[in-house]
Amino acid sequence: MTTRVATAGRFGIYGGQYVPETLMPNLIALEAAYAAAQQDSAFRDELDSALREFVGRETPLYFAARLSQACGGRIYLKREDLTHTGAHKINNALGQALLAKRMGKTRIVAETGAGQHGVATAAACAKLGLECVVYMGGLDCERQRPNVQRMQLLGARVVPCESGSRNLKVAVNEAIRDWISDPHSTHYLIGSVVGPHPYPTMVRDFQSVIGREARTQVLEREGRLPDAVIACVGGGSNAMGIFAAFAGDDVELHGVEAGGDGATHAAPLNSGTPGVLHGAMQYLLQDENGQILNTHSIAPGLDYPGVGPEHSGLKDSGRAQYHVVGDDEALAAFKELSRLEGIIPALESSHALAYARRLLKQRPGITVIVNLSGRGDKDLPRLMERGLL
Amino acid sequence: MNQSLQGAFRAARDEGRKALLPFLMSGHPSPEAFANNLRQVAAYADVIEVGVPFSDPLADGPVIQHAAEVALRHHTTLSSTLATLASRDPGPPVVLMLSVNQVLARGIERFASDAAQAGVSGAIIPDLPHEEAADVRAQFARRGLSLIAMLAPTTTPARMAAILGQAQGFAYLISVAGVTGARQGFAAETVEYIRRARELSAVPVCVGFGISKPEHIHSLSEHADGFIVGSALIRAIDEGHNAGDVLEPLCAACRQTADNRTLTTGAKS
Repeated sequence: MTTRVATAGRFGIYGGQYVPETLMPNLIALEAAYAAAQQDSAFRDELDSALREFVGRETPLYFAARLSQACGGRIYLKREDLTHTGAHKINNALGQALLAKRMGKTRIVAETGAGQHGVATAAACAKLGLECVVYMGGLDCERQRPNVQRMQLLGARVVPCESGSRNLKVAVNEAIRDWISDPHSTHYLIGSVVGPHPYPTMVRDFQSVIGREARTQVLEREGRLPDAVIACVGGGSNAMGIFAAFAGDDVELHGVEAGGDGATHAAPLNSGTPGVLHGAMQYLLQDENGQILNTHSIAPGLDYPGVGPEHSGLKDSGRAQYHVVGDDEALAAFKELSRLEGIIPALESSHALAYARRLLKQRPGITVIVNLSGRGDKDLPRLMERGLL
Repeated sequence: MNQSLQGAFRAARDEGRKALLPFLMSGHPSPEAFANNLRQVAAYADVIEVGVPFSDPLADGPVIQHAAEVALRHHTTLSSTLATLASRDPGPPVVLMLSVNQVLARGIERFASDAAQAGVSGAIIPDLPHEEAADVRAQFARRGLSLIAMLAPTTTPARMAAILGQAQGFAYLISVAGVTGARQGFAAETVEYIRRARELSAVPVCVGFGISKPEHIHSLSEHADGFIVGSALIRAIDEGHNAGDVLEPLCAACRQTADNRTLTTGAKS
């Protein structure tokens, strides 16, 4: 294990830039362009106005009265499911697409698992007139068919990735290979807080609007901060987006990983070891030879063997705690929210809901915010097909 | 610098030819066939590059990716690769090609010591760029291993100078922005970048990615010291051809270079 610490883009020992030389100049240029954009009020205004008028921000902080009663506490839902395209992914897709355009890029490649990031990227590219190619695992194309059709309708080319595990990991591999082959005109629009620096930081920043809004909203409603904030963690972008605003507060941060069917899972923070995947040091599901293991989750957006380097650092420092919820428990939470609140959550977000129920059982009466990162319409065809509804 | 790598390039230069660096994937198409190919290839190679298969390579094209999948199905590991290399007959120096996570999984220090013990001369780690390489370079130096520096057509002049300033053994010049795999020809800017790199480099410069035909070697030989042949060789092995049949004409091209055509005028080759 390397002992290098505290350079740019490092969270403890995690992060870094482990990419082929062909891409290094791109990362350096991206880092500089992002730093310049952050200082430019015109860029910030353009993004803010697009978030308001195109995405529909701010999103509500909804008090889930019947769910709270059923669980025995006070549960607020941060309604990212109400954003345009139906998940928090659009916050980052729009930010990066605007940045790419500013950098003179004409072509965007993206990976997608559940398809939510792919749809968000396709929408942002359509709006800004950028060419869009989305890599998606063959298995995910099957289990998230409505999103494939939405991406195509939005003008994106969807490329199914049929090698290996046919899921998110393979889609990232293919997107990176595409980027290596056309580094001048292409921007790789990563959908989570993963990948080489500056992506984990940049994606967190674009998503941190979630936490900033939620913190203000909860103070207005409750007159105080919540006891805990809960979010699901695949790569971990919705979790970093809401955690960031509460990191300096006396508020518990709970991340929820996918426990899959028990035998196979996607919970690197709970059962992985540090290693390098897709350009960054992070907790990773790997064997003793450093080969990446296969994962399983009912939620394609969580079906990934790695996790953002910042989460890896938060785990080691103890500032955030990470838990595991399996397929069945997530599915039960999915149904419960639908029936009690009239909100169909994404299977990914259902993992966070399931953990909220568990936490309130242990500590009745506390106030929590669950990041409801996306809507569940995309999951219905597959769940019906499998007789799970 | 690793003594055997230095010796291999000096020998090629003294004979007035370019070095040939064939790439084989450990465990491909089977562990036995790999050991066999290793022997066969030794007759044509100045340095042999041996890939250790990784589940998620980022810089490899379809041909080498597939070879890695095949090798992994045969349960090829770093340990089995080093065992095969340790038991081979004396021959050209070997450099490993693998992902940084495979090195970290073993531990940098242990990796360096195990590789050196198996007679390996160095390693190419494509996803370990210059900025992240300090620890690995230091541990390699303690064991006399070379960490092979990589340059790409996208590398800026300032980076090129910094990277070549630390280069050991030889420098690996990626011929195109892209993944490994055979290609038709080379752009003018590729030639220009190779020329600039050689000017700056204190170690031999070798061109890889897309070298499959004698014409490729002819067109670049004025500017490079060696050529890496990967996908073309792996594909030939997949198609059941003899490794020697692929390497013979490339080896001949390395002898008939622009440099030595003048040197050997009149001499029979």
